[in-house]
Amino acid sequence: MSIEKTSINRRSFLKVSALAGGGMVLSFSWLAGCKPTPKEVLSMPKEWFELNSYIKIGENGAVTLFSPNPEFGSNVKTSMPMILADELDIDWKNVFVEQADFYPERYDRQFTGGSQGIRQGWTPLRTAGATARMMLVNAAAQTWKVSASEITTGAGTIHHKSSNKKAGYGEMASLAATLPVPEEVKLKEIKDFKIIGTSKKNVDGLKIVTGQPLFSIDHKVDGMLYSSIVHPPAFGIKLKSFDASSVKSMQGIKDIFSVKVFSEDYERNFFDTATFPEMVAIVGNSTWEVLQAKKALKVEWENAPQSSFAMTDFGGNKSTGTIPAGLENSADHKAKMAEYTTKPGNILRRDGDPEAQFKKAAKVLERTYSAPFLAHNTMEPMNCFADVSGGKAVVYGPTQAPESIMGTLVQALGIPKENIQINLARMGGGFGRRAYSHHMVEAALISQKVNAPVKMVYTREDDMTSGVYRPTYSATYRAALDENNKLIAFHVKAGGIPETPIAPNRFPAGAIDHYLAEGWQIESNITIGAFRAPRSNFIASAEQSFLDELAEVMEKDPIAFRLELLDRAKTNPVGEKNDYNAARYAGVLELVREKSKWNSPLDNVHRGVSAYFCHNSYVAEVLDIVMKDNKPMVEKVYAAVDCGIVVNPDAATNMGEGAIVDGIGNAFFGELAFENGVPNKTNFDKYRMIRQAEAPKAIEVHFVDSKEDPTGLGEPFFPPVFAALANSLYKATGRRYYDQPFAPQLEMQNLKM
Amino acid sequence: MAKFNLNINGKSKEVEVDAATPLLWVLRDHLNLTGTKYGCGIAACGACTVHLDGVAVRSCQMPVSNIENQKITTIEGLSENGDHPVQKAWLEHDVPQCGYCQSGQIMTAVAFLKENPNPSDPEIENAMNGNICRCGTYLRIKAAVKTAANS
Ligand code: FES
Ligand code: FES
Repeated sequence: MSIEKTSINRRSFLKVSALAGGGMVLSFSWLAGCKPTPKEVLSMPKEWFELNSYIKIGENGAVTLFSPNPEFGSNVKTSMPMILADELDIDWKNVFVEQADFYPERYDRQFTGGSQGIRQGWTPLRTAGATARMMLVNAAAQTWKVSASEITTGAGTIHHKSSNKKAGYGEMASLAATLPVPEEVKLKEIKDFKIIGTSKKNVDGLKIVTGQPLFSIDHKVDGMLYSSIVHPPAFGIKLKSFDASSVKSMQGIKDIFSVKVFSEDYERNFFDTATFPEMVAIVGNSTWEVLQAKKALKVEWENAPQSSFAMTDFGGNKSTGTIPAGLENSADHKAKMAEYTTKPGNILRRDGDPEAQFKKAAKVLERTYSAPFLAHNTMEPMNCFADVSGGKAVVYGPTQAPESIMGTLVQALGIPKENIQINLARMGGGFGRRAYSHHMVEAALISQKVNAPVKMVYTREDDMTSGVYRPTYSATYRAALDENNKLIAFHVKAGGIPETPIAPNRFPAGAIDHYLAEGWQIESNITIGAFRAPRSNFIASAEQSFLDELAEVMEKDPIAFRLELLDRAKTNPVGEKNDYNAARYAGVLELVREKSKWNSPLDNVHRGVSAYFCHNSYVAEVLDIVMKDNKPMVEKVYAAVDCGIVVNPDAATNMGEGAIVDGIGNAFFGELAFENGVPNKTNFDKYRMIRQAEAPKAIEVHFVDSKEDPTGLGEPFFPPVFAALANSLYKATGRRYYDQPFAPQLEMQNLKM
Repeated sequence: MAKFNLNINGKSKEVEVDAATPLLWVLRDHLNLTGTKYGCGIAACGACTVHLDGVAVRSCQMPVSNIENQKITTIEGLSENGDHPVQKAWLEHDVPQCGYCQSGQIMTAVAFLKENPNPSDPEIENAMNGNICRCGTYLRIKAAVKTAANS
């Protein structure tokens, strides 16, 4: 049993009454379309009693749980309330779930990203559930005049055995809500979990399959205007002038003006990556009308000179960011990256004397890998609803990071944060893209200017060409072997535009005596941002492809080879800073070996393996390819994952399946290139996305049975897929694939893609 | 601007819009039927799929003036309570992640199963290939189509 001090999450226990003077207008069911649907047995209660920020209970026993984090498809809106519900000890079928608004006074970390929602929410949510349960028990103890320690709970009822008294939570809720918050609460033993570890269906499932308005792009209020934007057509270009009269008289058009996201002296934060801080906004009566004006608008652009801005990073350190001038080309990027791979980089880690070992090596294997820029291409394009008037703002949109955009809104609108309400929409995908939420600032500025509620929507073309991409990367791996074909030194040098992908203390660091990691980066005005497992999504593909080839050169089985290295890292690690657990790493490789029957593959199946650790979780994957009519088809993928306790197994499996499909798609097809600063793809006709027929025919996800606290899940499945695919393609075609995407190379081999 | 009479989900609706306006925007902006989604605007993603007389079409490519007396069905009109066999299968397999593509996927699946109630796997793959799911829920989509076919 663990005892949690409730103080760790004190602000979650603020009561609404205590906040009444705080100036913030609270509206939980702010959207009519997001009203909870009564589920099964219970009807809506007459009155709700709030026990803390996450939990309110009706007099009839219905329970509303507030899901604090924004939902972008990883299903936190179901799994976070499951954690609350288990400790609260209620029946899941009596639960309504509501998306909490952005409300930092009540919730600690309303951020979706880095696969941290469940990991960091685990103890606070359990504590909140257990605390509310304790308050209900205390209310019963007071009412029945018995000791709280003799009271038990189960499925939303309170029971005192010796006096045979029983009550539902609803009967005690009004008193419980007035009682003091206990200083300490007991959390459940893992074995007593009733909801955690069982599969619960998506709480929004019915709304999704019936097309209810869940996304901000679906939002509408009376008097709302529609808006579209026109942003510079290339990186390195900015707005010079526009001719409002060219469209002003068009049907349904109300206004045309430019908006600026940053004021001159604004100090940007880590997520303030706005590719085009100035753009033209067109406002009108309907989407179609503003889209016609968007096409007709006459705009002049000019080359943007180098510029700089003040910024504060995560740790509060101040620095100056620079945006170089120029119109960049992918061909130049490639040439520059090739040049950097031959120059010394910044040394990020050195163990032993790798240079000397390479000098005396009998054999050196050296390979260079690369991957292009990628667009996130969330299915719902960037958009936002805003209603700014009378010195107040309501902003409702898709954001992974409301806290980071609040300050940006404050400076852009000139409205203090007390008067800005950010409400969290379900997102039609995020993948990191919506941690950068300048679409909210743009919508708010547009609404402020026209003094009316506005919904601003990017076209797909706007979305795909407005930056914040996954960077392009390159990595060169070298391995030194002695005359007995034994690995004696290992060297990685990797970089990218504009960041290096290396995590220098991850495997295989720690497993090799002589090890060197170097990084480099090249500046660019093409904006980049987090993309599902940032950096890991490339470096895993390079490293795990290289280890596969190295194992072959060393005449070892690729899984056995990795396990040997991990055994060294476990029993006699090199260096002290290794930031992975070698035993857990080996555990997923062993599990995937067993589940895939690695040692007895089916005929005609070509298989590759890969494993990676990131976001606190371990994943190993085996990918099977069969050649059908000269076309490589992914037949099956086996994944083994160690992410601690799994809260919602079927939903976790869904995440795993999706990430694997996503990885296969990006490895085969994903690519954005540039010519004179212009992205070469603007929509799904050219930007090839994985589709139904290319998805694996089957995916098996196996979880390591674990009692560890839960860790990340949305990202860790993604990085290993690329190399699992490359390694199996090698088996299928006899060729190694070093450069993503793979499809163009396969086509050059006259294979169908 | 011109007036158009549309038969949508069994009801007759009148809208006054520019004749070139795609059905997608008529549904979303003028009739508050936002279950039909915008994804690409060029018939490349399937998010905007609706039925015209039972046939799946991309509403982003369908000017409202081209519609003559055909019956339009959107995701909102598929069933009263989300109990169309395809919707039920979607819930059973807990298909959605973000959910944004799913109404288009469901509309494609419903029209397809009407034509081919007993499809093979390759037929399902072929029929569903025009609908992108960025979240990668393809396996569950396929499983749900099969479940619906068997019900
Ligand atoms: S929006 Fe019509 S097919 Fe994409
Ligand atoms: S569920 Fe997100 S795009 Fe399909």
